Amino acid sequence: MRVWYFSEMAYHPAWEEGLKRGSLRVVLPNRNYDPKIGHQLLNRYLDEFALCDEVGLDIMVNEHHSTSTCLTVSVPMALAIIARETKRSRLLSLGTPIANRPDPVRVAEEMAWLDVLSGGRLEMGLVKGAPYEIAPANSNPANLMRRYWEAHDLILKAMSTRDGPFNWEGEFFHYRNVNIWPRPYQQPTPPVWMTGLSTETGRMAAEHGHVVGTLLSLSAAGPMFAAYRKRAQELGWTAGPDRFAYAAVVGVGATREDGLRRANLAADYVRTSPVVAEAFTNPPGYNSLAANVAMLKAGGKRGGFVRDRHGNPVEQTTASIEQLIESGTCFAGTPDDVYDQIKALSDSVGGFGHLLMFGQGGFLDHQDTVTNITLFAKEVLPRLRELNLEPHKAVAAE
Amino acid sequence: MTRTMSLAGTTLELVERGQGRPLLFLHPGEGLAPEKPWLELLSRRYRVIAPSHPGYGNSALIDGSGSVDDVAYLYLDLAAELRLQNAVLVGACFGGWIAAEMMVRSTARFSHLVLVDPLGIKIGGREERDIADMHALTRAEYLKLAWADPAKGDVDFAKLPESDLGAIVRGREAFALYGWKPYMHNPRLKRWLHRIDLPTLLLWGAQDRIVTPAYGEGWRQAIAGARLEIIPQAGHFPHWEQPEAFVERLSGFVDKSG
Repeated sequence: MRVWYFSEMAYHPAWEEGLKRGSLRVVLPNRNYDPKIGHQLLNRYLDEFALCDEVGLDIMVNEHHSTSTCLTVSVPMALAIIARETKRSRLLSLGTPIANRPDPVRVAEEMAWLDVLSGGRLEMGLVKGAPYEIAPANSNPANLMRRYWEAHDLILKAMSTRDGPFNWEGEFFHYRNVNIWPRPYQQPTPPVWMTGLSTETGRMAAEHGHVVGTLLSLSAAGPMFAAYRKRAQELGWTAGPDRFAYAAVVGVGATREDGLRRANLAADYVRTSPVVAEAFTNPPGYNSLAANVAMLKAGGKRGGFVRDRHGNPVEQTTASIEQLIESGTCFAGTPDDVYDQIKALSDSVGGFGHLLMFGQGGFLDHQDTVTNITLFAKEVLPRLRELNLEPHKAVAAE
Repeated sequence: MTRTMSLAGTTLELVERGQGRPLLFLHPGEGLAPEKPWLELLSRRYRVIAPSHPGYGNSALIDGSGSVDDVAYLYLDLAAELRLQNAVLVGACFGGWIAAEMMVRSTARFSHLVLVDPLGIKIGGREERDIADMHALTRAEYLKLAWADPAKGDVDFAKLPESDLGAIVRGREAFALYGWKPYMHNPRLKRWLHRIDLPTLLLWGAQDRIVTPAYGEGWRQAIAGARLEIIPQAGHFPHWEQPEAFVERLSGFVDKSG
C-alpha cells in the first residue's frame, strides 16, 4: 500500500462565522478571510507537505473554490511548488475538475509541465468535482458528465499524441491545432485517477483501467470497488489493489488518547465540509434521476454519504470521533490501532492499494501535524507498505 | 387527448383539447401540468395544442442538446405539420422565451402572440440581474418569489407517484440544460424582436419577482405595438395562479384584434 498525505489547506479561522451563517462555501463573503493569517497558513501547509518527502510519504493535493474549507484554488500551482521542494514523493493531483474547466488543452499542458518538472512523479486525477463546485465555476450541471468525458478524452489524446497537431471539433470543445509542449515525462501519460461514490463511477473507471478513489465511508467503497472488479473481469483483466484508493482522516499518537485527540481535531474537516447553503447541494442533473426521485419521496431530505456498518446515515456535522471510526471515516489511536483499523477496512472492501491520508484538518496545529506525519511514517507506514502489493494483471496473459 | 408524434427525427408528446381557432401553448420551466385548470379553460374557446418541451414529460431531448434554437425550429415544424393557420401562440416563462425565438424566425402561421411573464432576453447591465437566480434558492425561497400566494405553488412531492416524480426530475434537468449559461436568456434575442409583426400581448403577474413587471416593460418596448397588462394577485405563473383572469385577458385580446 502507498500512503498519500493530504491537507485541504483550510482557512479554519472563518469556520465559526460560516457555521453561524449555515454555509462555509459559495455564499460566505471573503471579508471573513484575513490575507495576513492566510499568508502564514498557506506557507505552513506547504512546509508540512515538504516534510512528507523526508519521511517517505507520497503527496496528494486537491482543489475547491469559493470556500473556507479548502484554500487550494489550483492543484497545478500547489504541486509546482511542492515538486521543487521534494525529491522522492510521488505527487498526486486529485484532481482537476475537468468538466468545470473551459480549456482542457490547458489542463493537459499544465499536467505535462508538472510531470516534466518533477521528473515523472505525477499522478493525474481527472475528477467530476463536488456539487457545490458548480456555482463557483458556473458550469452546466445537466450535461456535466458528457462534458467530463469529452474533456477526459481530449486531455489524454493531447498528452499522448507525439505527431500532432490534431483537430478536435466536439460537442463542447473546439481546437484546430492541438500539439502540447512539453509532452509528459511518463509514457504515454502519467497514471490517471478518477473519484466518486457510486458503482457507476467504479464501472466507468474499470472501462479505462484508471485508479478509482473514494472517501470517508466504507459503505461507499465496498460496492464501488466490487463494481470495478466485476467490470474489469468482464473486460478480461483482474483489478489488483493498486487500482483502488480510499481517503480517510488519520490521527496517530504515542498513546491512544493522543491519537484520538489528533483525529478528533482533524475530523472537523468532515464536520464542516457538508455545511453549505442548501440551494447549491444538488444542482439539476448532478445526481442521478433515481437518486433525485428518492430525495423528493423523502420530502427533499438529503442523506449524507457517510454511513455506519449497518448502512445507517451518520450525521457528519455532529459525529463523534468514535462514530467516525465506526463508519471508516477516521483511523485513530496508537500506531497499532491505526494499522489494525486500516487493514480491517481494506480487507472488508477487498483490498485497496492507496490510502489517502487526511493528516491535517482545521484546528490541528503545526506541531501536532508534524508529529502526526512523522509518527505515522515511522510506525505505521512500513507495515502498510507490505500490504496489498499484488499488481493488476491481464487474465489472457496468465 | 395526449399523443406522441415523430417530428424532425425526434419524439414529441403533446396534449390536444378543444375546437376552434388553433392555440399553441408553450409551458413554463416547471412543466406542462395538463391536469391544472388553464388548459381546460382555454379549450372551451380554442383548439389547444400543448407540447411537452424536449426533455420534459415523454418528449425526447433533441440529440441530447439543450439548444433553445432547436426547440424553436421543432415547433415551427410542428405548426407546419399540423397545417396551422391564423393560430394563437402563447408562451409562459421558459415557453415565452421559446415563443419569441420562433417568432423572430417566422410568424407565417400565427395571428397573435401572447407572452406570459417570459424569460429569454437581457435588458439590464452586466452587473444587474434581470432574471432571479432560481438555482441559488431553496424551494421555499423560490415559491416566495414566484407566487403571489406561495401556498398555492407548494407541492407535496412525497405524495406523488414515482412516474410523476421522474417527470419532474427530468424537467428540472432539461430546464437547467437550456438555461444555465447565459442564465435563462439568449443575449442576441432582443436585437431581433423587431421582426415580430403580430399583435402581441404581454401578460404579467403583478407580484412576479422572478421577472418583474419592469422587465415586462423592457419586452414591451422591444416589440412594436405590444401591450403590457398586469394581472393582480398573481406571480410568475398567472395562468396557474389566476387561470380565469388569464383566459379572459387572452381571449379579450385575440377576439378584439381579429
